Formats: sequence, C-alpha cells, structure tokens
Amino acid sequence: MAEVTIRNTVLMALFAAIMAVLGAFPNIPVPGIPAPITAQSLGVMLAGGILGARYGALSLILFLILVAAGLPLLSGARGGFAVFFGATAGFLFGWVIAAFVIGLLIEKFWNRLNYFSAFLACIIGGIIILYAIGIPWVAYAAKIPLGKAFWGSVAYIPGDLIKAAIASVVIVAVAKSYPIIQSK
Amino acid sequence: MLTSTYYAGQSFLHTTRPLFKVLALFLVCTLLFVFDTWFVLTPICLAVFGLYGIAGIPRSEILLALRPAFWMLLFIFIVQIYFESLQLASFVILRFVTMILAASLLTLTTKTSDLIAALEQFFNRFLPEHIAETISLAFSLCFRFIPLVRQTFDEVTEAQKARGHHKDWRALATPTIIRTLKSADEISQAIIARSVETSHLSAANERRDREHS
Repeated sequence: MAEVTIRNTVLMALFAAIMAVLGAFPNIPVPGIPAPITAQSLGVMLAGGILGARYGALSLILFLILVAAGLPLLSGARGGFAVFFGATAGFLFGWVIAAFVIGLLIEKFWNRLNYFSAFLACIIGGIIILYAIGIPWVAYAAKIPLGKAFWGSVAYIPGDLIKAAIASVVIVAVAKSYPIIQSK
Repeated sequence: MLTSTYYAGQSFLHTTRPLFKVLALFLVCTLLFVFDTWFVLTPICLAVFGLYGIAGIPRSEILLALRPAFWMLLFIFIVQIYFESLQLASFVILRFVTMILAASLLTLTTKTSDLIAALEQFFNRFLPEHIAETISLAFSLCFRFIPLVRQTFDEVTEAQKARGHHKDWRALATPTIIRTLKSADEISQAIIARSVETSHLSAANERRDREHS
C-alpha cells in the first residue's frame, strides 16, 4: 500500500510529539563530556520500532522540520536552524536513518519478535548506524581525527545501551498488545 | 513550552521571504566548508555580525544563541589545541560560531508560523495536492499531540505512583505509548467520520475496506 492514510499521518504526528515531550525531560549532565545524555534517542528507537521503517523515519523528519522552524523541542530547549549547523548535527540527521534501520529490522524480525531481537535492532540502528553517521560528521566539521572523535563519543554508549533495553521492552509490549506494523 | 525565539523588528531581514533566507543560509554555510580558509571565513563572520546590527538584535541574544553550543565548542577547542595548533583551533571554533550565529539570525528574524506557512506553500507548489495536504495535516496534528502525550504521561505517572511503582521506566513508558496510540486511533476515526479527508485518501480507505470485506 503506497498511499499515506489518515491513520499513518496521525501516528507520524504522534511520534513527532512523543519526541518533543521526551525533549522536555530533564537531561542527565555527566561531568567530563560536552553534551548531556538525553531521553530523546529513546524516542528515535520507539518511532522506528513501533511505526516501522517508513513512518518512523517520516515522523522524525516531521519532528526535525518543527525544530528547524524555530520550536525549542530538542533536549535543553534547543531549537531553530542553529542546531543543524553545530558539531553534533550529524546525530540529528542520523536519527532519521536510525529510525528507518530499526524499523526495517523490527519488520524483518516481526513474526518471531522478542526482547533479544528488538534489543539487537535498537543497538544496530540506534547506536551503530547512528554513531557511524554522527562521529564522522563531528570529525569533518571540527577537523578532529576520526579515532579521537570516536573516543569522545564512547562515554554515551552505556546510556544508549540502557535506552535500547527500555525501548526493546516497550517495542515488544506494544507489538503484543497494540501492533501497528502489519505482519508480512 | 512552545515559544520560539522570534525577535520582532522591521529590518529587511525580517521582511525577506523565509525560504530565500533558508537558501541563503545553506549557501553561506556550504561556502564555509568548500573554501576552508580565513580569507572566506573572516568576511562572512564580519558580515553576519553586521547583519545582527542591521536587524537591530541586541548583543545579549548573540550570547544566548551561542550558549547551548558552549561546552561542545570548548571541548573541541581544547582537543584541537592539544593535538593540533591554536590557529586551527580558532579557525574551527570561529567557523562554528559563524554558522551558529547565521542560523540563529534566521530563527530570530522569522516567525515559526511564517516559516511553516512558507514551507506549506512550497509543498503546495511543488508536490501533488494530496501529499501537500497530508503534510499540513501532520503539522497541525503534532501541535495537538504534544499536550496530549504530556498529559497522558502525567496521568500514568500518578496511577503508577498509587500502585507503588516509583520511577520505574517500564511501568511508565509502555502504558503511556499504548494509551496515546489508542487516542491517536480515536482521532483518526474522528477525522475520517467527519470526512475531512481528501478525495484520494477516501479512495484509499474504500479500497482497503473492500479488500478487508
């Protein structure tokens, strides 16, 4: 089904709103690393894992457009065009791809979805793919060697693993009681 | 929560068409990366500061625009000095400052509603009508959903507290998501029932209904 139905439009808007609400959660500042740990990457995993590849990615594009339009919806009440020109902009664009990849994997695992496969999908999309886009971006924009940019991001991995674990629990629970992705 | 950082004024920056400003911003920032030298960076940086003067934006707004990036920039600055040189460190930081200020200038001189309206106009002109309408609907729904999600989360938090689940992520996240998904489906039903949907969407739904029956 190639057409976007009313239901999919509404669900896309819902997950863009969930991203916005997660952005209003208090950040966890960690001494020694330049950006705080936020709840928002959880929203990325949920969007892909619950809506699937296509609509998960579209809901994040919708969210990023609202941010670009000037609404302070990113964690720490950041917003406006400036966030797309900072050092960590690659992670924001990476969210769209991350949600798409997570959605793709969840759709693939759909008929035998469990905590482990959902967790794996969140790690591949939400950590490996996301960092593979965000880290080279930092390295290029800040003229830092790739290896050093990588070590600068390692501090975020434990937090992201916890978020992947929470996301996988929610994704499996929603898949069981209120599935949105259609089984193929 | 939904306040943008628009700074009212009458300068030409305020009255230029939003999409033109967006285009100019991307052009300038591309230039900064393509021509990676002080000869390009310095004039652009001065021009951006000049434009802040023309737009009549006070200095405090400049500091406010840079504040979210401060720790990140300081971190990069220290890494650059440590591994490379002071000259490269200052170049990289000044380039970030220039780009962030140029982008903030766009946000400061353009109302969010004007930017979204301009975007919708753009979609209306260049995309098929039904897609443009779907995008407009998604924007308005999103604004409606932000307070709804917030409220649902607060209600679930209260309910779980009463049950003795304090700060248990699993007890909060899953019910919040499922309840908002149900609300979302009620809203889609309401939209369809009121026949707000466009012709192509009803065609798609009819086709789907036929397939299901």
